[in-house]
Amino acid sequence: MNTVHVLLWVVYPYLAITILIGGLIWRYRYDKFGWTTRSTQLYETALLRWGSPLFHFGVLMVLIGHVVGLLIPKSWTEAVGITEHNYHFMAVFIGTVAGFCTLAGMVILIARRRFTGPVFAATTRNDKAMYVFLAAVIVLGLWNTVRGNITEGGYDYRADLSPWFRSLFYFSPDPELMTSVPIGFQLHVVAAFALFAFWPFTRLVHAFSAPIGYVTRPYVVYRSYGTRSRPARPGWEGPPTLPTRSSSRSRR
Amino acid sequence: MRVMAQMAMVMNLDKCIGCHTCSVTCKQAWTNRSGVEYVWFNNVETRPGQGYPRTYENQQRWQGGWVRTRSGRLKPRSGGRLKRMFTIFANPKLPSMQDYYEPWTYDYEHLITAPSSDDIPVARPKSLLTGEDMKITWSANWDDSLAGGNEITAGDPVLAKVSEQVRQEYEKTFMFFLPRICEHCLNPSCAASCPSGAIYKRSEDGIVLVDQDRCRGWRMCITGCPYKKVYFNHRTGKAEKCTFCFPRIEIGQPTICSETCVGRLRYLGLLLYDSDRVAEAAATEAEADLYAAQRSVFLDPHDPAVVSAARAGGIPEDWIEAAQQSPIWDLIMKYEVALPLHPEYRTMPMVWYIPPLSPVVDVLRDTGHDGEEAGNLFGAIDALRIPVDYLAELFTAGDPAPVRAALGRLAAMRAYQRRGNLGETPDDAIPASVGMTTDEMDDMYRLLAVAKYEQRYVIPAAHAEDAHRLEKIATECSLDYEGGPGMGGGGPYGQGPFGESSGTPVPIQVETFDAQRSRQRADSLTEAGDPAQRTNLIDAGGAGSRTGARPQKDPAGEGGDVTSPGVLDINRDQP
Repeated sequence: MNTVHVLLWVVYPYLAITILIGGLIWRYRYDKFGWTTRSTQLYETALLRWGSPLFHFGVLMVLIGHVVGLLIPKSWTEAVGITEHNYHFMAVFIGTVAGFCTLAGMVILIARRRFTGPVFAATTRNDKAMYVFLAAVIVLGLWNTVRGNITEGGYDYRADLSPWFRSLFYFSPDPELMTSVPIGFQLHVVAAFALFAFWPFTRLVHAFSAPIGYVTRPYVVYRSYGTRSRPARPGWEGPPTLPTRSSSRSRR
Repeated sequence: MRVMAQMAMVMNLDKCIGCHTCSVTCKQAWTNRSGVEYVWFNNVETRPGQGYPRTYENQQRWQGGWVRTRSGRLKPRSGGRLKRMFTIFANPKLPSMQDYYEPWTYDYEHLITAPSSDDIPVARPKSLLTGEDMKITWSANWDDSLAGGNEITAGDPVLAKVSEQVRQEYEKTFMFFLPRICEHCLNPSCAASCPSGAIYKRSEDGIVLVDQDRCRGWRMCITGCPYKKVYFNHRTGKAEKCTFCFPRIEIGQPTICSETCVGRLRYLGLLLYDSDRVAEAAATEAEADLYAAQRSVFLDPHDPAVVSAARAGGIPEDWIEAAQQSPIWDLIMKYEVALPLHPEYRTMPMVWYIPPLSPVVDVLRDTGHDGEEAGNLFGAIDALRIPVDYLAELFTAGDPAPVRAALGRLAAMRAYQRRGNLGETPDDAIPASVGMTTDEMDDMYRLLAVAKYEQRYVIPAAHAEDAHRLEKIATECSLDYEGGPGMGGGGPYGQGPFGESSGTPVPIQVETFDAQRSRQRADSLTEAGDPAQRTNLIDAGGAGSRTGARPQKDPAGEGGDVTSPGVLDINRDQP
């Protein structure tokens, strides 16, 4: 275990997760108004109707696959009688299908974004950078699934990669486990944590406002203007003062 | 019985001349920003016509409003909660920009900068979406006053419901104007469609608003609203809609569209209603019964039982009084001349319309009859079944009886008052023939013809004990909000790292003040390509930057206090 390993598999993931969580809290507090999907469906529907569901449902399946693969220990699935072979077959099959759905969706969406005039005009530099990270993670992940498991025979990521990932959450990270992981998977992990760190500062934040509550909510929402609150100033700040030029902190 | 109050509007279509003043002032107040160039919270449609967005009334296509399920309950026509969740990634029923229209500007600069040539330079239309040259083929009122003729008019979904023979006749008959704003429904299907719960109905005055901090841009509300009165701001990625000018209503002022209405055809007032009965009434089985069902939800503010229930429900005394003086109650319940727009959508709309009688009068006059003689008018309303059927499709889900009754009263009023005007003996039989007393007829005449400002707009101000929470009444320091000046927030005082749409919305009052000053001193119009524009909610014009709205005075000149926008002497700043 050398410094590079510690940096890559301990410091870096924790840093990324910290930025993710801290960034989300900061963004929510600072920028609720900017927290949106920024949909471009108004400009163009025909391609979006295919690309967006393909991508989103694909990526949700991928997410479920990762939860199962990373968070559920191998011993648990074997305890309920799923052999490594069966597990592996299922994971690779579903993973490949979901991965290709995601990739196809993303290709359609990026092509649409580039070649539909109004959509391209509405694309920010932040969006473009985000697409690079997102595409890198998805392509690397799919590459690993296809190459590592189909063409070159199985690689059991539940032997080393998954325990390492879980060890992060026990706060007893074990970078040693990552040394035996193939380079493709390592790159995927590095890219994924980079994406996590970038996440709060992109439009991807909309994933964290998935409207699950809608399923149980009453249809019509009433609100009293009595609940519209002004943030209270802490007493020690004294009475509100008029701003000075230096304290208005223009960010443009 | 749970009594709630609702701010409502009635428009008298007889008086609408289609001048679009309401649309223009509304646009100036609320949607003159980039991202909502194509949005008209208030628009005026020519009827028959396709409307804005095109054919929005065709719910087979756009799936707005509610449907009654076989079990007698209501669900949004575009699908219940689960279906909505599964279609969230691509809304299958979203109107595209082309269904509204592609917004544009003109390249005026070219007129000045074009090199010398034999041809006169022209200002080409440029798309505000792409900046490219474009051909203008549609707008919010492209078919104004039947422009485009039968070719366009034939696309009117309401006309399609009237039978073929009637249609042929109808096209020769008449047209009228229909100003539309958000209906601020008792049973809003936009709110029901919002996955984030960002659209809410204010429990005090029933105004339906979009919480800009909670909207996540899922764009389901646009499908949910059958009137297509929720719009998507394509720059900020948030839904926006008519606000009933709540900052004005809260301090007792009428909405901008009412205030500036040239024909004085709008009425504003409170209605008390029983909120426990809304769902049941909206689920009435026969569509033609929905008009009566909605009326049955309204509560008589003069009824002592209602008054005591209202008090128990926390409605302040002056609001109850305002409800008793409400012109809306009189027009809907007492005189029964106002009708709801498309009650068959089951949203219980709260902007009602007095159907137009003038086309009938016009036809009579054109055919050589006395257009204001009672007998002629009564006969014509029935004989001209065409407009009545069309109006019934608009206002009563196809039932001609209430439309005929309303037109009958308007006709009776006209004939009765004319006799008085010409010094003839009043004919008491005329009011009696439509079930009214002469006093009622006089009162209705006064309300419809000569009512003053205070009688047309009976708006109780929001309460003093709430005042510090209301944005336009600043009893606290108006700069004291999170992200305001000095707190490093976004807003007009600086743009966040996520572009124009980031940061915390600024209280309206602060922004208005700055925006207004900026506009007064600006000499350039905002451009399509302006990188950053912030919400200017009340009264900015097209000129001036709303981004750098913070007073930027020359620190060396004039000696003004650059550090305190709150205490600037406006007069001293004038050039």
